[in-house]
Amino acid sequence: MSTQILVQAAGEFTRTSTGEAATFWVLAPVAVLAALGMVLARNAVHGALLLVVNLFCLAVFYLLQDAPFLGFVQIIVYTGAIMVLFLFVLMLVGVDSSDSLVETLRGQRVTAIVLGIGFAGLLVFPIGGVIEGTTAAGLTAANDGGNIQAIARLLFTDYVLAFEIVSALLIIAAVGAMILGHRERVDGKVTQKEMLRRRFAAGGRVTPIPGPAVYARPQAAGVPSVPSELPGGSAGPGETPPYGGGFPDSGVGADPADVEGDNGSGAQDDKNPHPVGAGKGTNR
Amino acid sequence: MNPANYLILAGLLFTIGAVGVLLRRNAIVVFMCIELMLNAANLTLVTFSRINGTLDGQIIAFFVMVVAAAEVVIGLAIILTIFRTRRSASVDDVNLLKY
Repeated sequence: MSTQILVQAAGEFTRTSTGEAATFWVLAPVAVLAALGMVLARNAVHGALLLVVNLFCLAVFYLLQDAPFLGFVQIIVYTGAIMVLFLFVLMLVGVDSSDSLVETLRGQRVTAIVLGIGFAGLLVFPIGGVIEGTTAAGLTAANDGGNIQAIARLLFTDYVLAFEIVSALLIIAAVGAMILGHRERVDGKVTQKEMLRRRFAAGGRVTPIPGPAVYARPQAAGVPSVPSELPGGSAGPGETPPYGGGFPDSGVGADPADVEGDNGSGAQDDKNPHPVGAGKGTNR
Repeated sequence: MNPANYLILAGLLFTIGAVGVLLRRNAIVVFMCIELMLNAANLTLVTFSRINGTLDGQIIAFFVMVVAAAEVVIGLAIILTIFRTRRSASVDDVNLLKY
């Protein structure tokens, strides 16, 4: 058994060489450049898209390192859900709210860059020195029977308490987001009765205006049905009103202009110069 | 290839994220830099999981992802609430607790 594991581990170590190395050396610069671009991009939306590129590269690294479950979860959760949330908030806040170039603290930028370079040096060079001859034990034995099955076994045995706590955390986060996003209604809710009452109190036409080409002689959708609705009260540029005389092929006696005049007459006329709006409910 | 090259890459990504947090003023970009740092830590966990030959690192990376999701939800809600009252997403404008 143990020799079998050793053989598998040796195979794992040799497998690390060619294909994985090529993928790593192609994608690692992409990841670093995307991260740099995210930090340096003036537009926040460009930064978000570059972060998506970076997260995709990390997902590929997870897949390379025998963690297919985490790789796909990374794609689904991070680039699928979290980055969409980021873009939502970016669009709500406004894309043009870019950074100010004024330094609030003097020399903060230079200090940050120097500290960053120093931190990277401290982080990278000791690792580079220590890991000279590191060999990976490999996950072939641990992933025996499937990566997802093995993770599930661990998650529901050794880590079940953490799993439960994390589920509670997620529910608390959801409720917290709802509370933070909630706004109290200052005045009461407008009922449908109230809306109708307002619509009739405003006067004017209360029914919906007829659709295009109901009263029109040219039966085209582009021709407005009520000529007095046009700006200036005319039927159109260089055109005689097609509704003027009567309706040759309909028994309806009422002229649409008369209907307009009846509804819009009297004291309500100055209040409501465009009676069509009342029918659409825009005068609320 | 030495599998610990991933660790160096993760260190670089973490540093870039930290510098971004120090440099940028837009609260959402600062948040994205924090996400980058969390992902660099995740890459470290997955790499160590492979070096050690156990799956515990992957489990912890999974938990980090869950916590990051919860953190993003709450953080973005807070940013939106601040934006509603102060009309700005810059971290410099939130200074009522300064004095």
